[in-house]
Amino acid sequence: MQGSIISQILNEKNSQIFLGILIFIAVVVPVLNLLVPVDSIFHLSTYTVTLMGKYLCFALLAIALDLVWGYAGILSLGHGAFFALGGYAMGMYLMRQIGDRGVYGNAELPDFMVFLNWQELPWFWHGFDQFWFAMIMVALVPGLLAFIFGWLAFRSRVTGVYLSIMTQALTYALLLAFFRNEMGFGGNNGLTDFKDILGFNLQSDNTRITLFLITTFTLAATYIFCKYITMSKFGRVIIAIRDAEDRARFIGYKVESYKLWLFVISAVIAGIAGALYVPQVGIINPGEFSPLNSIELVVWVAVGGRGTLYGAVVGAILVNYGKTYFTGALPEVWLFALGALFVLVTLYLPKGIMGLYEQYKQRYNKEVKV
Amino acid sequence: MKHYSPLTIHKNLFTVLFALILTISSTLAVAEESSFVTASSMLSAKKFKEKEMAIEAVMQTAKTKENSVRVLNLLQSLLAGKLYYKKSDKKIVVVNKVDGDYLITDVISNQNLGVISKRKLKKITVNNKLRRKLRSYISQLSLENDDPAVRLSAIQNMMGAATAEHVKDIRKKLLVEKNSSVKGAMQTLIALIEIDSENKEVRVGALNNLSGSLEPKALNKIISLLEKDDDGNYLEKDKDILYAAIKAKRKIDERRDTYAFFEKIFFGLSLGSVLLLAAIGLAITFGVMGVINMAHGELIMIGAYTTYVVQLLMPNYIEYSLLVAVPAAFIVSGLFGIAIERGVIRFLYGRPLETLLATFGISLILQQLVRSIFSPLNRSVETPMWMSGALEFNPIFSITYNRLTIIIFSLFVFALLMLILKKTSLGLKVRAVSQNRPMARAMGIRSEWVDAMTFGLGSGIAGVAGVALSQLTNVGPNLGQTYIIDSFLVVVFGGVGNLWGTLVAAMSLGVFNKFLEPVAGAVLAKILILIFIILFIQKKPRGLFPQKGRSAEN
Repeated sequence: MQGSIISQILNEKNSQIFLGILIFIAVVVPVLNLLVPVDSIFHLSTYTVTLMGKYLCFALLAIALDLVWGYAGILSLGHGAFFALGGYAMGMYLMRQIGDRGVYGNAELPDFMVFLNWQELPWFWHGFDQFWFAMIMVALVPGLLAFIFGWLAFRSRVTGVYLSIMTQALTYALLLAFFRNEMGFGGNNGLTDFKDILGFNLQSDNTRITLFLITTFTLAATYIFCKYITMSKFGRVIIAIRDAEDRARFIGYKVESYKLWLFVISAVIAGIAGALYVPQVGIINPGEFSPLNSIELVVWVAVGGRGTLYGAVVGAILVNYGKTYFTGALPEVWLFALGALFVLVTLYLPKGIMGLYEQYKQRYNKEVKV
Repeated sequence: MKHYSPLTIHKNLFTVLFALILTISSTLAVAEESSFVTASSMLSAKKFKEKEMAIEAVMQTAKTKENSVRVLNLLQSLLAGKLYYKKSDKKIVVVNKVDGDYLITDVISNQNLGVISKRKLKKITVNNKLRRKLRSYISQLSLENDDPAVRLSAIQNMMGAATAEHVKDIRKKLLVEKNSSVKGAMQTLIALIEIDSENKEVRVGALNNLSGSLEPKALNKIISLLEKDDDGNYLEKDKDILYAAIKAKRKIDERRDTYAFFEKIFFGLSLGSVLLLAAIGLAITFGVMGVINMAHGELIMIGAYTTYVVQLLMPNYIEYSLLVAVPAAFIVSGLFGIAIERGVIRFLYGRPLETLLATFGISLILQQLVRSIFSPLNRSVETPMWMSGALEFNPIFSITYNRLTIIIFSLFVFALLMLILKKTSLGLKVRAVSQNRPMARAMGIRSEWVDAMTFGLGSGIAGVAGVALSQLTNVGPNLGQTYIIDSFLVVVFGGVGNLWGTLVAAMSLGVFNKFLEPVAGAVLAKILILIFIILFIQKKPRGLFPQKGRSAEN
């Protein structure tokens, strides 16, 4: 039964295209970066590789949101919080790896703590010098927060826009909290100035390419995993809940637990995306918690088309490419463009670009048959 | 022989006497005049010792009313460092610097002598000892002023500077003083001096007088009296005085706590009224129409910028600018609201999540629009005179007029809105459409028109909130974002579709926040309130005052 779902996924045409593109990227990018000489026009600069890695992290985050929004109808405006929490867990590990190479040369304490005159490491920093511990935290912290929040919210049947506003308030509260120096997460400067990960220099091309490959692989694996969830019985119930929550409940399904576990899984994926993001961009600060980030993430999914998973990836990459382009070339225009994107997509493209593509394909098929 | 009648003699005598008196008094006046002139001219001396003597001499001349004004003026200028003398004739002048020019006035005739080069003048400097002396003299002279406010500030200036010599004078003044607050300040001042007296009885009496005083100096004095040495024993040995001091301090603390409590309530209501203004428009669009308008904050911002533009257009009438700005902001934001409703929202009814996203897009566009037109920097909006200043109850409790105005204004807007919804034809239609759209349409109500009008009303009120906010915070492109989450929480907390709930929620959140702030700090207080509301919504998903009956469905 399980095997059949996986083979179903691999036989699906869109999945094949998507996974094929990921494999292609995973092969071509390292070759173009490492093997092609620097002065060739085919050479891919490390900067571009890092940028692409960043986009893929966002794509991973978009998949996490699409899982809850597209399949369960839960519009979370706070998914950026889970992303940032995963990022902070990774950032804390990277901070501990700096050791005595910081500005103050203190092997025991990160720079910002020395600056704040702290005498010893706060209890919640203990263990983060171990990679495995940090990796557990990357999944555990966002998952736990999602569990507590979801347990409270779904059990009392907070749904729709109320839930959206609550999630927004959640990330806003975390934003304010992480801005405080007393929290012990570096205040508004966040965590930065990382040196190496598992002993590999973060600045070297090889490490960057490896991180890029890990991100690509994680994205592919997550895609298959999420597709598996949505095609399993669990996923069928989730879709039923999205379409008619009360009916699903009356039939006898425990709607709350279904939604809760999906929410937790999604939060963990968002956390992993954050953890992959931080070593590539080299900084994590409270700005990642800002409600604007979370809502921008919603528009990626909306642009790509929700409920397809690969649509979320396409949307994330397209919108972020647009953002990089506009903020560089025409910074004034970017917010206009983003705002217009919100309005136009909701008014004219309720199913996103992927919906447009499906529509086109159907019409084409009809014409062929005629 | 000429016969002098007694009467004539008498008359002559009288004339002579009268002439004599006249001469004496005029010579007296002349003497005083000349003494003021000589005394003031002595101020050009180099040594501080001589200047001190000159100041004392000047002070001696302040016997008549007119002269005391002149002396006061001179002493104040000297203290403010505005007193100079001309190098040529040693004439003492007051200097007013206007645009870098030295405008001089004669101290004796109070005549304007025009502009003079800085090099021809020499400043009369004072040292700390002289300053202390000047302050005490100025206070003494001010005590004779007709204005009670001047007398009060004079007494307050004397606190800490006055010594036992002044007590007699002040006691005399106390007998003739009519104003009760000046009287109270005088008594405090006397007690503050007498607390250091040699006599134990006097000290205890002074302490009893200071008991419950709100004057900061009184509290400091008593705290210093209650100081302990390293072993934890009181420095003061006398039991009775210690007892009186402890009692006085307890009374002072009690009163201070009471007023601190009032102050927190006031600040809380002030914050609450801001929240109310921001949320009340939302309560209409979200509560009555069920439309999530994420651009609500930007409509507030547009209202604030309208105030800014109105003030630019009428720079000479800042006093009245707000009266113009309120309707202007209502119209501008209302029109923006109607445009948003007609252009976007009406296609999205029944799809709340999509509405949320689309209006969020609009909010981004409006923010960038303002940034492009007015620059991303904050703009300053002026506060009219009648809104600045504060109503002072006592040294530690005062109410600023702008906050007071906004509290009253927010309640006024609330009442007006209630009236519109309950008593007008538009209100009736709004309620009808929000309760049952198909039925309302069947009764002949143009529901589309009602939608546009309702949205316009809610947006217009957001604009009005912007006018109020422009008086409290900076006007910038991010103004709206600061309030959007808070106002949503207020609406959700109060119960969607319930305006009274919004009022109670806004005020209680405001007060709650201000009571939490001193304990937890401003940021943590905000976080705690967010967490509180998140938890509260879990418990009562429909807010404090949920709607009952049919409209509560869906």
